[in-house]
Amino acid sequence: MRFVDEYRDAGEARRLAARIRELCEPGRRYTFMEVCGGHTHTIYKHGLEDHLPESVSLVHGPGCPVCVIPMGRVDDAIAIAREPGVIMTSFGDMMRVPGGQGSFFDAKAAGADIRMVYSPLDALKIARQNPERTVVFMAIGFETTAPSTAMTVLRAAAEGIGNFAVFCNHVTIIPAIKAILDSPDLRLDGFIGPGHVSTVIGCRPYSFIARDYGKPLVCAGFEPLDVLQSVYLLLRQLAEGRAEVENQYTRVVPWDGNQRALSAISQVMELRPHFEWRGLGFIAHSALRMREAYAAYDAETRFPVPGVRVADPKACQCGEVLKGVLKPWECKVFGTACTPETPIGTCMVSSEGACAAYYNFGRFTRRREPVPLALGPRP
Amino acid sequence: MCLGIPGEIVELIPGQPELAKVEVAGVRRAINVGLVNQDGIRPGDWVLVHVGFAMSKIDEREAAATLELLRGLGQAYTDELEALAESDIT
Ligand code: SF4
Repeated sequence: MRFVDEYRDAGEARRLAARIRELCEPGRRYTFMEVCGGHTHTIYKHGLEDHLPESVSLVHGPGCPVCVIPMGRVDDAIAIAREPGVIMTSFGDMMRVPGGQGSFFDAKAAGADIRMVYSPLDALKIARQNPERTVVFMAIGFETTAPSTAMTVLRAAAEGIGNFAVFCNHVTIIPAIKAILDSPDLRLDGFIGPGHVSTVIGCRPYSFIARDYGKPLVCAGFEPLDVLQSVYLLLRQLAEGRAEVENQYTRVVPWDGNQRALSAISQVMELRPHFEWRGLGFIAHSALRMREAYAAYDAETRFPVPGVRVADPKACQCGEVLKGVLKPWECKVFGTACTPETPIGTCMVSSEGACAAYYNFGRFTRRREPVPLALGPRP
Repeated sequence: MCLGIPGEIVELIPGQPELAKVEVAGVRRAINVGLVNQDGIRPGDWVLVHVGFAMSKIDEREAAATLELLRGLGQAYTDELEALAESDIT
Protein backbone atom coordinates (compact mmCIF):
# COMPACT_ATOMS: atom_id res chain seq x y z
CA MET A 1 0.00 0.00 0.00
CA ARG A 2 1.16 3.49 -0.91
CA PHE A 3 2.43 5.67 1.97
CA VAL A 4 2.33 2.97 4.60
CA ASP A 5 5.79 1.60 4.02
CA GLU A 6 7.49 4.66 5.39
CA TYR A 7 5.94 3.97 8.80
CA ARG A 8 6.86 0.31 8.65
CA ASP A 9 10.26 0.42 6.98
CA ALA A 10 12.41 -2.32 8.51
CA GLY A 11 15.64 -0.48 7.73
CA GLU A 12 14.42 2.62 9.53
CA ALA A 13 13.32 0.46 12.47
CA ARG A 14 16.82 -1.02 12.68
CA ARG A 15 18.41 2.42 12.48
CA LEU A 16 16.15 3.69 15.25
CA ALA A 17 16.85 0.60 17.34
CA ALA A 18 20.58 1.22 16.96
CA ARG A 19 20.25 4.88 17.99
CA ILE A 20 18.13 3.81 20.94
CA ARG A 21 20.84 1.36 22.00
CA GLU A 22 23.51 4.08 21.76
CA LEU A 23 21.49 6.36 24.05
CA CYS A 24 21.09 3.78 26.82
CA GLU A 25 23.64 4.26 29.57
CA PRO A 26 25.21 0.96 30.58
CA GLY A 27 23.80 -0.32 33.86
CA ARG A 28 20.82 2.05 33.80
CA ARG A 29 17.27 0.74 33.44
CA TYR A 30 14.53 2.71 31.71
CA THR A 31 10.80 2.25 32.17
CA PHE A 32 8.36 4.15 30.01
CA MET A 33 4.60 4.02 30.32
CA GLU A 34 2.45 4.02 27.21
CA VAL A 35 -0.65 5.73 28.52
CA CYS A 36 -2.97 4.77 25.68
CA GLY A 37 -4.37 1.34 24.88
CA GLY A 38 -3.90 2.04 21.18
CA HIS A 39 -0.14 2.05 21.76
CA THR A 40 -0.34 -1.14 23.81
CA HIS A 41 -1.96 -2.69 20.81
CA THR A 42 0.79 -1.57 18.41
CA ILE A 43 3.51 -2.67 20.82
CA TYR A 44 2.11 -6.17 21.17
CA LYS A 45 1.10 -6.58 17.58
CA HIS A 46 4.55 -5.71 16.27
CA GLY A 47 6.50 -7.19 19.15
CA LEU A 48 8.19 -3.82 19.60
CA GLU A 49 9.78 -4.70 22.92
CA ASP A 50 11.86 -7.21 21.02
CA HIS A 51 13.40 -4.30 19.12
CA LEU A 52 14.40 -2.54 22.30
CA PRO A 53 17.40 -3.22 24.51
CA GLU A 54 16.74 -5.37 27.61
CA SER A 55 17.24 -2.29 29.77
CA VAL A 56 14.19 -0.54 28.27
CA SER A 57 10.75 -1.67 29.48
CA LEU A 58 7.39 -0.46 28.32
CA VAL A 59 4.53 -0.67 30.81
CA HIS A 60 0.87 -0.10 30.13
CA GLY A 61 -1.07 2.76 31.50
CA PRO A 62 -4.71 3.30 32.34
CA GLY A 63 -5.72 4.66 28.93
CA CYS A 64 -8.35 2.14 27.91
CA PRO A 65 -11.78 3.68 28.51
CA VAL A 66 -13.63 0.41 28.82
CA CYS A 67 -11.03 -1.03 31.18
CA VAL A 68 -11.42 1.65 33.82
CA ILE A 69 -15.22 1.50 34.20
CA PRO A 70 -15.86 0.16 37.72
CA MET A 71 -18.31 -2.70 38.27
CA GLY A 72 -20.71 -0.49 40.21
CA ARG A 73 -21.23 1.83 37.25
CA VAL A 74 -22.21 -1.10 35.04
CA ASP A 75 -24.75 -2.14 37.69
CA ASP A 76 -26.04 1.45 37.83
CA ALA A 77 -26.47 1.51 34.07
CA ILE A 78 -28.36 -1.78 34.17
CA ALA A 79 -30.62 -0.40 36.93
CA ILE A 80 -31.42 2.57 34.69
CA ALA A 81 -31.99 0.24 31.71
CA ARG A 82 -34.59 -1.66 33.77
CA GLU A 83 -36.62 1.48 34.50
CA PRO A 84 -39.96 1.37 32.68
CA GLY A 85 -39.86 2.87 29.20
CA VAL A 86 -36.09 3.17 29.01
CA ILE A 87 -33.98 2.26 26.00
CA MET A 88 -30.34 2.04 27.07
CA THR A 89 -27.72 2.65 24.40
CA SER A 90 -23.95 2.38 24.39
CA PHE A 91 -20.93 1.45 22.27
CA GLY A 92 -20.45 -2.19 21.33
CA ASP A 93 -17.39 -2.39 23.57
CA MET A 94 -19.58 -1.87 26.65
CA MET A 95 -21.80 -4.88 26.03
CA ARG A 96 -19.53 -7.50 27.57
CA VAL A 97 -18.09 -5.43 30.42
CA PRO A 98 -18.88 -7.36 33.56
CA GLY A 99 -20.68 -5.60 36.41
CA GLY A 100 -21.44 -7.07 39.80
CA GLN A 101 -24.73 -8.42 38.43
CA GLY A 102 -23.59 -9.38 34.96
CA SER A 103 -23.09 -7.44 31.75
CA PHE A 104 -25.32 -5.49 29.36
CA PHE A 105 -25.62 -8.68 27.33
CA ASP A 106 -26.96 -10.54 30.37
CA ALA A 107 -29.41 -7.74 31.17
CA LYS A 108 -30.55 -7.67 27.56
CA ALA A 109 -31.14 -11.42 27.60
CA ALA A 110 -33.21 -10.87 30.75
CA GLY A 111 -35.46 -8.43 28.92
CA ALA A 112 -33.90 -4.97 29.24
CA ASP A 113 -33.94 -2.92 26.03
CA ILE A 114 -30.24 -2.28 25.49
CA ARG A 115 -28.95 -1.32 22.06
CA MET A 116 -25.50 -0.89 20.59
CA VAL A 117 -24.88 2.36 18.78
CA TYR A 118 -21.93 3.64 16.80
CA SER A 119 -22.37 7.25 17.84
CA PRO A 120 -24.27 9.21 20.50
CA LEU A 121 -25.99 10.85 17.52
CA ASP A 122 -27.47 7.43 16.70
CA ALA A 123 -28.82 7.27 20.26
CA LEU A 124 -30.37 10.70 19.74
CA LYS A 125 -31.98 9.44 16.56
CA ILE A 126 -33.51 6.52 18.45
CA ALA A 127 -34.94 9.12 20.86
CA ARG A 128 -36.45 11.05 17.96
CA GLN A 129 -38.03 7.87 16.61
CA ASN A 130 -39.39 6.74 19.99
CA PRO A 131 -40.99 9.81 21.56
CA GLU A 132 -42.89 7.68 24.10
CA ARG A 133 -39.68 6.11 25.46
CA THR A 134 -36.67 7.62 27.20
CA VAL A 135 -33.38 6.92 25.48
CA VAL A 136 -30.32 6.89 27.75
CA PHE A 137 -26.83 6.94 26.29
CA MET A 138 -24.16 5.39 28.50
CA ALA A 139 -21.27 7.67 27.69
CA ILE A 140 -17.76 6.33 28.19
CA GLY A 141 -14.32 7.36 27.09
CA PHE A 142 -11.63 9.97 27.55
CA GLU A 143 -11.46 13.35 25.84
CA THR A 144 -11.63 11.60 22.46
CA THR A 145 -15.32 10.79 22.93
CA ALA A 146 -16.46 13.41 25.48
CA PRO A 147 -16.81 16.15 22.82
CA SER A 148 -19.16 13.88 20.84
CA THR A 149 -21.40 13.39 23.86
CA ALA A 150 -21.36 17.12 24.58
CA MET A 151 -22.20 18.02 20.97
CA THR A 152 -25.05 15.49 21.00
CA VAL A 153 -26.55 17.01 24.15
CA LEU A 154 -26.28 20.48 22.60
CA ARG A 155 -28.06 19.15 19.55
CA ALA A 156 -30.80 17.56 21.66
CA ALA A 157 -31.27 20.85 23.51
CA ALA A 158 -31.37 22.83 20.26
CA GLU A 159 -34.00 20.50 18.84
CA GLY A 160 -35.92 20.40 22.11
CA ILE A 161 -35.75 16.61 22.35
CA GLY A 162 -36.85 15.84 25.89
CA ASN A 163 -36.68 12.05 25.95
CA PHE A 164 -32.90 11.79 25.74
CA ALA A 165 -30.46 11.57 28.64
CA VAL A 166 -26.78 10.77 29.17
CA PHE A 167 -25.38 8.47 31.85
CA CYS A 168 -22.06 10.21 31.96
CA ASN A 169 -18.92 8.16 32.64
CA HIS A 170 -16.40 10.27 30.79
CA VAL A 171 -12.98 10.27 32.38
CA THR A 172 -10.08 12.67 31.95
CA ILE A 173 -6.55 11.52 31.30
CA ILE A 174 -4.49 14.09 33.21
CA PRO A 175 -5.58 13.16 36.77
CA ALA A 176 -4.94 9.48 36.02
CA ILE A 177 -1.39 10.28 34.94
CA LYS A 178 -0.98 12.44 38.02
CA ALA A 179 -2.20 9.61 40.26
CA ILE A 180 0.40 7.32 38.73
CA LEU A 181 3.09 9.99 39.18
CA ASP A 182 2.09 10.43 42.83
CA SER A 183 2.47 6.74 43.47
CA PRO A 184 5.04 6.35 46.27
CA ASP A 185 7.24 3.82 44.56
CA LEU A 186 7.16 5.30 41.12
CA ARG A 187 9.89 4.00 38.86
CA LEU A 188 8.82 5.54 35.59
CA ASP A 189 11.34 7.46 33.50
CA GLY A 190 8.90 8.98 31.05
CA PHE A 191 5.65 8.69 29.15
CA ILE A 192 4.60 7.81 25.64
CA GLY A 193 1.70 10.27 25.49
CA PRO A 194 -1.71 9.33 24.11
CA GLY A 195 -2.10 10.31 20.46
CA HIS A 196 -5.78 10.79 19.87
CA VAL A 197 -6.71 12.20 23.27
CA SER A 198 -4.09 14.84 22.52
CA THR A 199 -5.82 15.87 19.29
CA VAL A 200 -8.48 17.24 21.65
CA ILE A 201 -6.54 18.43 24.70
CA GLY A 202 -3.31 19.34 22.89
CA CYS A 203 0.15 19.03 24.45
CA ARG A 204 0.03 21.85 26.97
CA PRO A 205 -1.86 20.00 29.75
CA TYR A 206 1.08 17.60 30.08
CA SER A 207 3.57 20.32 30.92
CA PHE A 208 3.23 19.72 34.68
CA ILE A 209 4.71 16.25 34.16
CA ALA A 210 7.94 17.78 32.92
CA ARG A 211 7.85 20.84 35.16
CA ASP A 212 6.75 19.37 38.50
CA TYR A 213 7.87 15.77 38.18
CA GLY A 214 10.89 16.16 35.92
CA LYS A 215 9.70 13.43 33.54
CA PRO A 216 9.64 13.68 29.76
CA LEU A 217 6.50 12.95 27.74
CA VAL A 218 6.33 12.43 23.99
CA CYS A 219 2.94 12.50 22.25
CA ALA A 220 3.16 9.58 19.88
CA GLY A 221 1.50 8.24 16.77
CA PHE A 222 0.31 4.66 16.50
CA GLU A 223 2.57 3.26 13.81
CA PRO A 224 5.39 0.98 14.96
CA LEU A 225 7.99 3.53 13.85
CA ASP A 226 6.13 6.27 15.72
CA VAL A 227 6.45 4.32 18.94
CA LEU A 228 10.13 3.52 18.37
CA GLN A 229 10.84 7.13 17.51
CA SER A 230 9.06 8.27 20.65
CA VAL A 231 11.19 5.93 22.76
CA TYR A 232 14.22 7.42 21.03
CA LEU A 233 13.05 10.98 21.79
CA LEU A 234 12.44 10.07 25.45
CA LEU A 235 15.90 8.54 25.79
CA ARG A 236 17.49 11.53 24.07
CA GLN A 237 15.85 13.89 26.56
CA LEU A 238 17.12 11.77 29.45
CA ALA A 239 20.61 11.59 27.96
CA GLU A 240 20.67 15.37 27.60
CA GLY A 241 19.25 15.92 31.06
CA ARG A 242 16.04 17.46 29.72
CA ALA A 243 12.42 16.85 30.74
CA GLU A 244 10.02 18.33 28.22
CA VAL A 245 6.78 17.67 26.44
CA GLU A 246 7.53 16.79 22.83
CA ASN A 247 5.14 16.14 20.00
CA GLN A 248 6.19 13.26 17.77
CA TYR A 249 2.70 13.12 16.22
CA THR A 250 2.58 16.63 14.75
CA ARG A 251 0.91 15.30 11.63
CA VAL A 252 -2.26 14.83 13.69
CA VAL A 253 -1.86 16.48 17.10
CA PRO A 254 -2.00 20.29 17.20
CA TRP A 255 -0.07 21.75 20.14
CA ASP A 256 -3.17 23.57 21.36
CA GLY A 257 -5.66 20.76 20.76
CA ASN A 258 -9.14 21.28 19.39
CA GLN A 259 -10.60 24.37 21.07
CA ARG A 260 -14.09 23.78 19.73
CA ALA A 261 -14.15 20.29 21.18
CA LEU A 262 -12.88 21.56 24.53
CA SER A 263 -15.45 24.32 24.70
CA ALA A 264 -18.27 21.90 23.83
CA ILE A 265 -17.17 19.72 26.75
CA SER A 266 -16.97 22.60 29.19
CA GLN A 267 -20.31 24.01 28.11
CA VAL A 268 -22.14 20.78 28.93
CA MET A 269 -19.99 19.03 31.54
CA GLU A 270 -17.99 19.79 34.65
CA LEU A 271 -15.47 17.88 36.74
CA ARG A 272 -16.76 15.50 39.38
CA PRO A 273 -15.18 15.87 42.82
CA HIS A 274 -14.00 12.26 42.50
CA PHE A 275 -14.66 9.15 40.47
CA GLU A 276 -13.82 5.51 40.95
CA TRP A 277 -11.56 3.91 38.37
CA ARG A 278 -11.53 0.16 38.13
CA GLY A 279 -8.41 -1.11 39.79
CA LEU A 280 -7.12 2.37 40.63
CA GLY A 281 -9.69 3.42 43.22
CA PHE A 282 -11.04 6.94 43.64
CA ILE A 283 -9.17 9.72 41.84
CA ALA A 284 -10.07 13.35 42.53
CA HIS A 285 -11.38 15.50 39.65
CA SER A 286 -10.85 12.66 37.22
CA ALA A 287 -14.23 12.42 35.52
CA LEU A 288 -16.99 14.54 34.06
CA ARG A 289 -20.64 14.93 34.95
CA MET A 290 -23.42 16.95 33.39
CA ARG A 291 -23.68 20.57 34.44
CA GLU A 292 -26.71 21.74 36.39
CA ALA A 293 -27.90 23.68 33.31
CA TYR A 294 -28.21 20.35 31.47
CA ALA A 295 -29.74 18.39 34.36
CA ALA A 296 -32.71 17.60 32.09
CA TYR A 297 -30.31 15.49 30.03
CA ASP A 298 -28.60 13.87 33.01
CA ALA A 299 -29.66 10.26 33.63
CA GLU A 300 -28.27 10.46 37.16
CA THR A 301 -30.74 13.24 37.95
CA ARG A 302 -33.65 11.69 36.14
CA PHE A 303 -33.39 8.14 37.45
CA PRO A 304 -32.61 6.59 40.80
CA VAL A 305 -29.06 5.27 40.59
CA PRO A 306 -28.04 2.69 43.21
CA GLY A 307 -24.42 3.89 43.26
CA VAL A 308 -23.24 0.82 45.14
CA ARG A 309 -19.51 0.21 45.16
CA VAL A 310 -18.74 -3.30 44.03
CA ALA A 311 -15.37 -4.83 44.79
CA ASP A 312 -13.59 -6.37 41.82
CA PRO A 313 -13.58 -10.18 41.71
CA LYS A 314 -10.78 -11.66 43.81
CA ALA A 315 -9.21 -13.38 40.83
CA CYS A 316 -9.06 -10.15 38.86
CA GLN A 317 -5.74 -8.34 38.67
CA CYS A 318 -6.80 -5.62 36.25
CA GLY A 319 -5.72 -2.94 38.72
CA GLU A 320 -2.13 -4.17 38.62
CA VAL A 321 -2.27 -4.43 34.84
CA LEU A 322 -3.68 -0.88 34.53
CA LYS A 323 -0.91 0.45 36.75
CA GLY A 324 1.76 -1.36 34.80
CA VAL A 325 2.72 -3.51 37.81
CA LEU A 326 1.83 -6.79 36.14
CA LYS A 327 2.09 -7.91 32.57
CA PRO A 328 -1.21 -9.44 31.41
CA TRP A 329 0.04 -13.02 31.33
CA GLU A 330 1.11 -12.76 34.94
CA CYS A 331 -2.53 -12.56 36.03
CA LYS A 332 -3.54 -15.93 37.42
CA VAL A 333 -6.68 -16.24 35.30
CA PHE A 334 -5.21 -14.87 32.05
CA GLY A 335 -6.21 -17.01 29.09
CA THR A 336 -7.79 -19.67 31.28
CA ALA A 337 -10.82 -18.40 33.21
CA CYS A 338 -10.47 -14.96 31.61
CA THR A 339 -10.64 -14.75 27.81
CA PRO A 340 -12.16 -12.19 25.41
CA GLU A 341 -15.27 -14.40 25.12
CA THR A 342 -15.74 -14.73 28.88
CA PRO A 343 -13.91 -11.81 30.43
CA ILE A 344 -13.53 -11.64 34.19
CA GLY A 345 -11.82 -8.29 34.09
CA THR A 346 -12.26 -5.30 31.81
CA CYS A 347 -8.77 -5.36 30.30
CA MET A 348 -9.84 -8.46 28.37
CA VAL A 349 -12.95 -6.85 26.85
CA SER A 350 -11.85 -4.05 24.58
CA SER A 351 -9.26 -4.46 21.84
CA GLU A 352 -7.49 -1.54 23.51
CA GLY A 353 -7.20 -3.46 26.76
CA ALA A 354 -3.75 -4.81 27.54
CA CYS A 355 -4.99 -8.34 28.26
CA ALA A 356 -7.03 -8.59 25.07
CA ALA A 357 -4.14 -7.14 23.04
CA TYR A 358 -1.74 -9.64 24.52
CA TYR A 359 -4.23 -12.49 24.17
CA ASN A 360 -4.63 -11.70 20.47
CA PHE A 361 -1.03 -10.93 19.60
CA GLY A 362 1.05 -12.50 22.34
CA ARG A 363 4.32 -12.55 20.52
CA PHE A 364 7.15 -11.01 22.39
CA THR A 365 9.23 -12.75 24.96
CA ARG A 366 7.82 -13.20 28.42
CA ARG A 367 11.20 -13.27 30.07
CA ARG A 368 11.10 -9.69 31.26
CA GLU A 369 10.86 -8.90 34.91
CA PRO A 370 7.62 -7.35 36.17
CA VAL A 371 8.23 -3.71 36.98
CA PRO A 372 7.56 -2.73 40.56
CA LEU A 373 5.17 0.18 40.53
CA ALA A 374 2.31 0.45 42.93
CA LEU A 375 -0.33 3.07 43.55
CA GLY A 376 -1.18 3.80 47.12
CA PRO A 377 -4.82 3.48 48.15
CA ARG A 378 -6.78 6.64 47.55
CA PRO A 379 -9.31 8.17 49.87
CA MET B 1 -13.32 3.96 19.93
CA CYS B 2 -10.05 5.61 20.88
CA LEU B 3 -8.44 4.96 17.53
CA GLY B 4 -10.17 7.21 15.08
CA ILE B 5 -11.13 5.91 11.65
CA PRO B 6 -9.96 7.96 8.66
CA GLY B 7 -12.77 9.01 6.34
CA GLU B 8 -12.71 10.94 3.09
CA ILE B 9 -15.23 13.73 2.79
CA VAL B 10 -17.27 12.94 -0.32
CA GLU B 11 -20.20 15.30 -0.03
CA LEU B 12 -21.29 18.32 1.94
CA ILE B 13 -24.92 18.30 2.95
CA PRO B 14 -26.74 21.46 1.82
CA GLY B 15 -28.47 23.31 4.63
CA GLN B 16 -26.68 21.23 7.29
CA PRO B 17 -23.26 22.78 7.80
CA GLU B 18 -22.53 20.43 10.72
CA LEU B 19 -22.93 17.28 8.64
CA ALA B 20 -20.93 15.78 5.80
CA LYS B 21 -20.87 12.45 4.02
CA VAL B 22 -17.65 10.52 4.41
CA GLU B 23 -16.49 7.33 2.82
CA VAL B 24 -14.73 4.80 5.01
CA ALA B 25 -13.60 1.55 3.43
CA GLY B 26 -16.41 1.72 0.86
CA VAL B 27 -19.07 2.66 3.41
CA ARG B 28 -20.69 6.09 2.97
CA ARG B 29 -22.16 7.63 6.07
CA ALA B 30 -23.03 11.05 7.39
CA ILE B 31 -20.88 12.32 10.22
CA ASN B 32 -20.76 15.52 12.23
CA VAL B 33 -17.98 17.89 11.18
CA GLY B 34 -18.90 20.70 13.57
CA LEU B 35 -15.62 20.37 15.47
CA VAL B 36 -13.32 20.73 12.46
CA ASN B 37 -15.17 22.89 9.95
CA GLN B 38 -13.83 26.23 11.15
CA ASP B 39 -11.19 26.18 8.40
CA GLY B 40 -13.59 24.84 5.81
CA ILE B 41 -14.10 21.22 4.85
CA ARG B 42 -14.12 20.21 1.21
CA PRO B 43 -14.76 16.97 -0.65
CA GLY B 44 -11.43 15.20 -0.91
CA ASP B 45 -10.36 16.23 2.61
CA TRP B 46 -9.56 13.48 5.09
CA VAL B 47 -10.71 13.52 8.69
CA LEU B 48 -10.24 11.24 11.68
CA VAL B 49 -13.67 10.08 12.81
CA HIS B 50 -14.39 9.18 16.43
CA VAL B 51 -17.88 7.85 17.15
CA GLY B 52 -19.53 9.82 14.38
CA PHE B 53 -17.62 13.07 14.82
CA ALA B 54 -14.65 14.32 12.83
CA MET B 55 -12.10 15.24 15.48
CA SER B 56 -9.17 16.34 13.30
CA LYS B 57 -8.22 16.93 9.71
CA ILE B 58 -5.43 14.68 8.46
CA ASP B 59 -3.59 14.27 5.19
CA GLU B 60 -4.04 11.42 2.76
CA ARG B 61 -0.74 9.87 3.77
CA GLU B 62 -1.75 9.66 7.41
CA ALA B 63 -5.16 8.35 6.41
CA ALA B 64 -3.60 5.52 4.41
CA ALA B 65 -1.27 4.56 7.23
CA THR B 66 -4.04 4.63 9.83
CA LEU B 67 -6.33 2.51 7.66
CA GLU B 68 -3.59 -0.06 7.29
CA LEU B 69 -3.05 -0.07 11.04
CA LEU B 70 -6.77 -0.52 11.64
CA ARG B 71 -6.96 -3.41 9.19
CA GLY B 72 -4.32 -5.10 11.28
CA LEU B 73 -6.70 -4.98 14.25
CA GLY B 74 -8.82 -7.65 12.58
CA GLN B 75 -12.06 -8.25 14.44
CA ALA B 76 -12.00 -4.98 16.36
CA TYR B 77 -11.85 -3.03 13.12
CA THR B 78 -14.53 -5.15 11.46
CA ASP B 79 -16.80 -4.57 14.46
CA GLU B 80 -16.19 -0.83 14.30
CA LEU B 81 -16.93 -0.76 10.56
CA GLU B 82 -20.10 -2.78 11.06
CA ALA B 83 -21.18 -0.36 13.75
CA LEU B 84 -20.45 2.53 11.41
CA ALA B 85 -22.42 0.87 8.60
CA GLU B 86 -25.42 0.64 10.94
CA SER B 87 -25.05 4.27 11.89
CA ASP B 88 -27.64 6.64 10.49
CA ILE B 89 -26.81 10.13 11.58
CA THR B 90 -29.13 12.85 10.35
S1 SF4 C 1 -6.53 -11.60 32.67
FE1 SF4 C 1 -8.61 -10.87 33.05
S2 SF4 C 1 -8.80 -10.65 35.26
FE2 SF4 C 1 -6.61 -10.83 34.79
S3 SF4 C 1 -5.93 -8.70 34.63
FE3 SF4 C 1 -6.48 -9.36 32.57
S4 SF4 C 1 -8.65 -8.77 32.31
FE4 SF4 C 1 -8.16 -8.64 34.50
